Amino acid sequence: MKERLEELKQEALEKVSKSENVQSLKDVRVEYLGKKGPITEVLRGMGKLSKEERPVIGQLANEVRESIAAAIDTKQTRLEDEELEKQLEAESIDVTLPGRPVRVGGPHLLTSIVEEIEDLFIGMGFEIKEGPEVETDYYNFEALNLPKGHPARDMQDSFYITEELLLRTHTSPVQARTMGQKDGNEPVKMICPGKVYRRDTDDATHSHQFTQLEGLLVDKHVRMSDLKGVLNAFAKQMFGAERDIRLRPSFFPFTEPSVEMDISCKVCEGKGCSVCKGTGWIEILGAGMVHPNVLEMAGYDPKEYSGFAFGMGPERIAMLKYGVDDIRNFYTNDIRFLEQYHKA
Amino acid sequence: MLVSSNWLQELIDISSYSPEELAEIITKTGIEVESVTPVAEGVSGVVVGYVESCVQHPNADKLSLCQVDVGEETLQIVCGAPNIAEGQQVAVAKPGAVLPGNFKIKKTKLRGEESNGMICSLQELGIDEKDVPKEFADGIFVFPEDVKAGADALSLLNLDDKIIELGLTPNRSDALSMAGVAYEVAAAIDGDYELQEEDVPYSNKAAGDLISVEVEDKQANPYYGAFIIKDIKVGASPLWMRNRLTAAGIRPINNVVDITNYVLLEYGQPLHAFDYDRFDSDKVVTRRAKDGEMITTLDNQKRELKNHHLVITNGDEAHAIAGVMGGAKSEVQEDTKTLILEAAYFDPSVVRQASKDHGLRSESSNRFEKGVDPNRVERAGKRACELLAKYAGGTVLSGAVSVDQLDRSEKTVSIKTSVINDRLGTSITNEEIADILRRLQFTYEQSGEHFDVKIPTRRGDIELFEDMLEEVARIFGYDNLPYTLPQGSSQAGGLTLEQQLKRKVKSYFEGAGLHETITYSLTPKERSQMLVSPEIKRQAQSPVGLAMPMSEDHSHLRLSMLPELLQSLSYNVARKQKDLSYYEVGTVFVSNEEQVTKQPKEILRASGALTGTWISHAWQQEKKEVDFYVVKGIVEGLSAQLDLSFTYEKTKLPHMHPGRTALVKSGDKEIGFIGQVHPKLQKELGLKDTYVFDLNAEELFAQYTKEEAFQAIPRYPSVSRDIALVVDEQITSAAIAHTISEAGAPLVKDVQVFDVYQGDHLPEGKKSLAFNLLYLDPHRTLKDQEVEEAHDKILTAVKDEHEAELRG
Repeated sequence: MKERLEELKQEALEKVSKSENVQSLKDVRVEYLGKKGPITEVLRGMGKLSKEERPVIGQLANEVRESIAAAIDTKQTRLEDEELEKQLEAESIDVTLPGRPVRVGGPHLLTSIVEEIEDLFIGMGFEIKEGPEVETDYYNFEALNLPKGHPARDMQDSFYITEELLLRTHTSPVQARTMGQKDGNEPVKMICPGKVYRRDTDDATHSHQFTQLEGLLVDKHVRMSDLKGVLNAFAKQMFGAERDIRLRPSFFPFTEPSVEMDISCKVCEGKGCSVCKGTGWIEILGAGMVHPNVLEMAGYDPKEYSGFAFGMGPERIAMLKYGVDDIRNFYTNDIRFLEQYHKA
Repeated sequence: MLVSSNWLQELIDISSYSPEELAEIITKTGIEVESVTPVAEGVSGVVVGYVESCVQHPNADKLSLCQVDVGEETLQIVCGAPNIAEGQQVAVAKPGAVLPGNFKIKKTKLRGEESNGMICSLQELGIDEKDVPKEFADGIFVFPEDVKAGADALSLLNLDDKIIELGLTPNRSDALSMAGVAYEVAAAIDGDYELQEEDVPYSNKAAGDLISVEVEDKQANPYYGAFIIKDIKVGASPLWMRNRLTAAGIRPINNVVDITNYVLLEYGQPLHAFDYDRFDSDKVVTRRAKDGEMITTLDNQKRELKNHHLVITNGDEAHAIAGVMGGAKSEVQEDTKTLILEAAYFDPSVVRQASKDHGLRSESSNRFEKGVDPNRVERAGKRACELLAKYAGGTVLSGAVSVDQLDRSEKTVSIKTSVINDRLGTSITNEEIADILRRLQFTYEQSGEHFDVKIPTRRGDIELFEDMLEEVARIFGYDNLPYTLPQGSSQAGGLTLEQQLKRKVKSYFEGAGLHETITYSLTPKERSQMLVSPEIKRQAQSPVGLAMPMSEDHSHLRLSMLPELLQSLSYNVARKQKDLSYYEVGTVFVSNEEQVTKQPKEILRASGALTGTWISHAWQQEKKEVDFYVVKGIVEGLSAQLDLSFTYEKTKLPHMHPGRTALVKSGDKEIGFIGQVHPKLQKELGLKDTYVFDLNAEELFAQYTKEEAFQAIPRYPSVSRDIALVVDEQITSAAIAHTISEAGAPLVKDVQVFDVYQGDHLPEGKKSLAFNLLYLDPHRTLKDQEVEEAHDKILTAVKDEHEAELRG
């Protein structure tokens, strides 16, 4: 009997290893392990065995049974894996074909520049203020030390709606409005970006509508060296740590002293080239200490409070940073222009 | 202001700096130098030649054959100029010479005759056409005075000069003169300069015998001085003077005019010379013009005057518009013998108004408008007299006849070292302040750290402490300011909720596939009224227009961004860019007044315009054009972003497709519209099907509430059921969905349309709408029976309200 079981095991294992597919494995399983199979038969004949032999043979029969079942399972898993593999191979695709496009838009270059500057100043503790684009003559000019008939009003010919209303020519009225809300006894630390309008004929370097971004800090003991420090931090972050700045005297009716800020030319690294017109410097913004008349009109005592202000043109910064050569590009909305700057 | 560096060198020693170095110093201390330009770059080898003989070229009518002594030799030169003549002293470019544009002169033969060089015109030497004296405009230049043959013509003609161009800000009109520039340069380089005293050879006869002066409006004309110069011989002015005028961009004319212009450049004081005999009176009366009074000015224009203009008259008729331009009648001419020389101070605003009214911007008006130095008015007159005596043979009658109420006093500004340091962030010492004042040539009285500074009248821009602060700062040097950061009260900084939402909305649109655009706020009137959202239209009387637009293209403020967005699409489509999806977040301008008197309301809106293919995946034959539901999807996504719920109602609007337009509401507020642009307008703009949206961003932000509390995720499963209903084709899906939600409350949590069908197997005029319903009780698992009951209730409700039948 023992021999018979060993024989059956050998026979079955051989059939398992010869099986080429799942079905023939199933047949082996039914043939050897089924209710009518030879091992069952052997077990049925155990009654004829002695008391001592019976457990030995029983155990052996079970072992044989288990090893056959294990062999079938292993083989079956392997065959199934192979079949799946084959099937998946048949499902293969051309991974180089283009994918289904996802529609992606993006911001306007000016918005990117403005938001970059905003975030930079927010980091330095500035708030962002906005104001109306249709302004009163008072806030656009008078509150900024530009009384009626002031010659500097010629500097910026304006779009008037009535004698008292006009499209703002700069974002400075937002400064005057913000200061005016403080009762002359609270500090102001703000920047104000926005659209402004001037009577210019549109060409490569002029636009009747453009963007400005101004900043203002009013407090006790604000020093001009603070202005220099803040502008330096701004210039280095915006244009690169290796850029130097310089301030040189200028004139604005609403600041005194007034300066313009240049950064060292990136193209020639300050040696002088066509981009910087041989000077090694590129003008970036205007700034100064807030004029005492402006402080006074906004309710501050200029003996106690001082402040600085600065203003820049995001179009100009974009033109310098990205080499855009025509300001009209910002307003024509040519898709080929817009798409170029979505990572800006 | 154009500054000759050769001239400047004669006023102040700048020899240790190149003009470029000087430019850098001036720019950093006070006045921006815009350029430094050589008068004649790279020109060499030009000498004075004496024309010994000049005969007709044997083979050419229009050419002359000249023998020219150029010092060490005599050259034969063929010359084509009509004004060449024997005995002239001319500028000769010898063989080997280089003229502007790298033009090299060589020996050559012209019509068979040898020509060893070229006799030059001023233009050929690089002088701007407009600065060339009229007598030499069409020919060669002839030296007006005796010069040595062989001498360097370039230096005689000042062609070795470099011109420094100053970009003057309106406050620095003091630098509109060589004297002013010299004072500025002296402060910048710590040099010495002082305007020299005039030395006038007065005759015994008094000017008062020939002229008197009356001033009617002493406010407008606080000083008027008239000098009389007799025995004038009008002719050419000396070469050095002509050179300096040319360098400054002023064309030399004759000695009298050149001298007044020269003094204008030197002192910054405009002067005017009248021909005494043609002035035809022995009194000068300055007064306001009469309305309608006429004058013919030097440029031969007849001009009508107004009563706010100031005129110089002979007691009867106007001979000059004060400070702007002289009259033709008393113009200095070749036969002029006696001059009335005017040195006056006119009120800046009076001159500005006149110059503006007549469109006349002159060297003279430019200086008067900005205010001239009161202490230099009379001195300038004297300086001109000195030069007229020397270079025009004039006899100067003694004493200017004047009316004088001019304030010449120097203002005092007090400064304190500690306050200066507090404002600048510096630690400048009293000694340094004193030294800066010395360099500026400002006198002062010092006591400790207090300085009472007397401001010279040439610096009319300095009135306040802050003005002096700037003077100290710029001479101290902005480069020497430390870098510090503000020390005052700190605040967090950041964006307001509205600013955050604006950024959120923009980045949502961009993620949804839209490109941000920025269009003009000013549009043509017609466009400003188009595609205006109904809720805006109800508030707006009419678009806000400019008083004086520059063009019809930009005359009115927009009430909607859509017209300009459509223009942008149209611009792109015309350039073969056909698939476009644009949005803009910006303001529209709403005024409820017929005639605007108050600032219009500025309302922030979010608008978009889309056309062409939305998604195309070619090799899978997938292509989707932009349609109503693409745009609606984007708007629905926006409402989800802001956690608001929008509803849509079909509507009809001008310029919009009557069957494909919807009003959008958020809560019960109308916030805008979406839909297809009317095909007629599309056609006008060259657009295919184009869909737009226009929403009130401000209202959306107002409705936004920041959800703070956590909402528990449901623990119990939801049950999903579908129903298909057959309804009349006029009934909207929203109406059915609404009924389902109401009837199924509170268990029905969501209703979604998943199929719309019309056609075979359905009666005419009917459609089938299939909905997926989601039932949920957040507190327990729903039983089948409860769902069935709710479902039956819904079916009854849709049947009652919409005659909807369950589709079999």
